[in-house]
Amino acid sequence: MDAILQNFFNMEIASKAGVFLLKGLGMTLLLSAIVIPLGLLGGLAVAVLGSLKKKWLSVLLIVYVDFFRAFPPLVLLIFIYFGTPFLGLDIPKLLAVAIGFFLNTSSYYGEVFRAGIESIPKGQFEAARSTGLSGSQTLRFVILPQAVRNVLPDLISNTLEVIKLTSLASVVALPELLNNARQAQALTYNPTPIVLAALMYLVLLWPLVRLLSRLEHKSISMH
Amino acid sequence: MSKAILDIAALHKSYGATPVLKGIDMAVNENELVFIIGPSGSGKSTLLRCCNRLEEPESGSILVDGTDILRPGVDLNRLRQKIGMVFQSFNLYPHMTALGNVTLALRKVQGMEKEAAEEKGRAALARVGLAEKVNAYPNELSGGQQQRVGIARSLALEPRIVLFDEPTSALDPELVGGVLKVMRELKESGMTMVVVSHEMAFARAAADRVIFMDKGVIADQGAPEDMFGNPKHERLREFLSRIQH
Repeated sequence: MDAILQNFFNMEIASKAGVFLLKGLGMTLLLSAIVIPLGLLGGLAVAVLGSLKKKWLSVLLIVYVDFFRAFPPLVLLIFIYFGTPFLGLDIPKLLAVAIGFFLNTSSYYGEVFRAGIESIPKGQFEAARSTGLSGSQTLRFVILPQAVRNVLPDLISNTLEVIKLTSLASVVALPELLNNARQAQALTYNPTPIVLAALMYLVLLWPLVRLLSRLEHKSISMH
Repeated sequence: MSKAILDIAALHKSYGATPVLKGIDMAVNENELVFIIGPSGSGKSTLLRCCNRLEEPESGSILVDGTDILRPGVDLNRLRQKIGMVFQSFNLYPHMTALGNVTLALRKVQGMEKEAAEEKGRAALARVGLAEKVNAYPNELSGGQQQRVGIARSLALEPRIVLFDEPTSALDPELVGGVLKVMRELKESGMTMVVVSHEMAFARAAADRVIFMDKGVIADQGAPEDMFGNPKHERLREFLSRIQH
């Protein structure tokens, strides 16, 4: 018992590493605050462009979405961060990570939004168009509000995954939460910082998980 | 001499290789209520949907209040405001109240201020007997009430003509009457209407003219008393005996 406490719940080490980990948490939050809105916007753009039913555009979007959903995000990060200097580009670490995550998350969000748009009956488009609304007004005022509501649980669920995904940025040594926890572990020869990081993730994500489960419960009882 | 609000000439439409409309000529005069009947697949709904270009015809012309709506470069969104459409499945926006449904196009297409649009929307809802239900969401309304909101949504735009695509087919029998009553009042107020429906009793009572469509053409037309009382066209007799049995 004592050994477990010493190794995993070492208060002394926890208090020493605390500030460093909080800095990491700050970076994780910053990264999420960049990646989630951009990913949502990108995904929305992908889905809306796809709903235009332009043949060549749809092919392009399918290639984009399929590729970045199938491509491991970890490998993508390594490619972008370590590959771009060879192309003569010197991009900051945070930007490289943000680009990699954007490509991955926008394709996932895109699929969620697409499912949402496709869940809306054709009659809704027809009713809106028959009253003189333009195509984009129809999307904005009639289709998207319903589509987003229909896939809200999936959007939140995907957002949870994105926040967890940000820990992959440690592979290029971006000082986010997991990266800092592992550094602290290496310096102290003690895994307590990892446990502390796990607790921080938990506190960060738990409210979202709760919200998600409430929404899912609600949507089941509505059907 | 009354003038034609809707004037269709030589209208053709196919789905792929299947012709659905094979040269339709018809005119609807101001204040006229034209009823279109015919077996399923005869093209009556397609004809109606061509009239506001929810379906794109291949050839022919459709004049609404003198403007050819098939002319390239025509301002379709503006024209569609003149052509009300009422759907079989109501197609109300479920995320908006009755008033929201009725005022959306007023605000976004006609650019009316919120207050003015709502005043107009309330008046339209009152006209269909739903003054009490302005703040109700579609799922809080009966099918008949929903369809009346659908009618109000069209009326609020002050159309020159309203197209009804089987407006009562999705309703429970006891709810049909309320919708037909609103349509009757609309007719009495002078609205020009084209109705695709199987409500033969209503056609008899309210229609000025009945058009019988069969296999993509207008097979016969005439006054309701002739069409129902003394049908001459063989396919029409067949059709009437099948639905009235």
